[in-house]
Amino acid sequence: MPRNRTEKVAVLGSSVRRSAAGKASSRSNSPLRRRLIVAVLVFAALALITVSFREGTGGPLHDAQGAGAKALHPFEIAANRVAQPFQDAWGWFDGLLGARSEAERLREQAEQLRQQVIQNESALQENVRLRALLGYLDGPTFPRDYSGVAAAVIARPPSAFEQQIVVAAGARRGIRLNAPVVTADGLVGQVTRVTDDAAQVTLLTDTSSAVSALDLRTGAAGIVRHGAGAGDTLVLDRVAKDEVVNVGDEVVTAGWRSGGLASLYPKGVPVGRVTSVGQTDTDLYKQVQIAPYADFGSLDAVLVLVSRKPPPTLP
Amino acid sequence: MIDALKIAALVFVAGVLQASVFSGADLLGGTPDVLLLALLGVSLQRGAVAGAAAGFLGGLVLDVATLQSLGVSSLLLTLVGYWAGRFGEATSGERRYVPLASVLAATVFVALGGYLLHFMLGANLVAERALVATLLPGLGLNLLVGVPVLAGCRTLLRPHERGERSGEVSLVG
Repeated sequence: MPRNRTEKVAVLGSSVRRSAAGKASSRSNSPLRRRLIVAVLVFAALALITVSFREGTGGPLHDAQGAGAKALHPFEIAANRVAQPFQDAWGWFDGLLGARSEAERLREQAEQLRQQVIQNESALQENVRLRALLGYLDGPTFPRDYSGVAAAVIARPPSAFEQQIVVAAGARRGIRLNAPVVTADGLVGQVTRVTDDAAQVTLLTDTSSAVSALDLRTGAAGIVRHGAGAGDTLVLDRVAKDEVVNVGDEVVTAGWRSGGLASLYPKGVPVGRVTSVGQTDTDLYKQVQIAPYADFGSLDAVLVLVSRKPPPTLP
Repeated sequence: MIDALKIAALVFVAGVLQASVFSGADLLGGTPDVLLLALLGVSLQRGAVAGAAAGFLGGLVLDVATLQSLGVSSLLLTLVGYWAGRFGEATSGERRYVPLASVLAATVFVALGGYLLHFMLGANLVAERALVATLLPGLGLNLLVGVPVLAGCRTLLRPHERGERSGEVSLVG
């Protein structure tokens, strides 16, 4: 009685024939050769990590990476375009779920804002008159002294360990290192790496990010950075206990200048809204949590701010 | 040669999709890792050497596309590809739990290994976010998305019918 012997490969529950090519290749790979190949690949990866960390951003490896990223652009843009309708459909269904309560909330907010706009308009005119009287000189402010370079997001954080995105505009479009990046909602982060046609943006949610900011209503100053917890929650750190911060207050960038140092961010960029305020006897500062305006989970396009005028130099 | 090109193309496409589309897909607090799943598909079908090479290539594509430090993803995925290939070879693919177990183990390894590697490289990480908040949803999504991705890899890397028949052994008598 003839008997056929076949091997099976299970793919999450389904069994299939194991490929003959696979068997042949695995047989032809002696253990020594196999280990040698893996050792070479691991060594190459370690060498890449070492060189990548040791050389400067203008080194040959980074240049090669920039060229590689440029070559990958068309593929990333194509993938984004193909995925966009699906993402839009998902967003549409997701939005439908909370549409009614969201509409009610926005209606109330619009009513409050209408009254606030009238007050702000009056204050603005008064401010302009007073500035003219005093001959007041100011540093670059947002958005008046900045032009925006709109750029699509072509790569997102590959894992939870990185909080960086890549945008499809670089040095050729006038983007410089440390340029602030915003969306229509608020501050997103800053440019931390630039190639000719792409730029890496480190998000505010990265643990290395820190922005000097202040409470727009009370003027309490602090530093916005990522909170210790999970998610996109930010904290306004280093706010002295005698300062006043209330839930619902708006937090904007401070844009300070002190001695030869200046904040990388212009003054007045919205960051988020205060969601909780607390303090303990053992802590030196208030514990202020902020919900960021920008939705870091669904960044499709951003605006990289390029200063129209150079920052004022100190005498 | 054609087989190697198919694997390279598969890993390249998975890497580009992961960098540009899936990394931004926040589903129930996690993101599916299609590059990892495609790599597991390759490793289970083609063995440890092909898995390791595919892992190195996939990591390189991911690091270049996202302008991250070169070599970090390559190192992790090379080890995952090698291990999954050996796991597939050692179990001869006979057991149904192999793909499921490999997805589970690889996802956890990449999370823990990535955390350790980034920590050693001086990154200031929040362990809760990197390991707890994203690992469990990511694990669930990988198991879910793993079904079509691994099935797709199996179909793509399936040998020609004639080659398959000639590779079988018939015992007479």
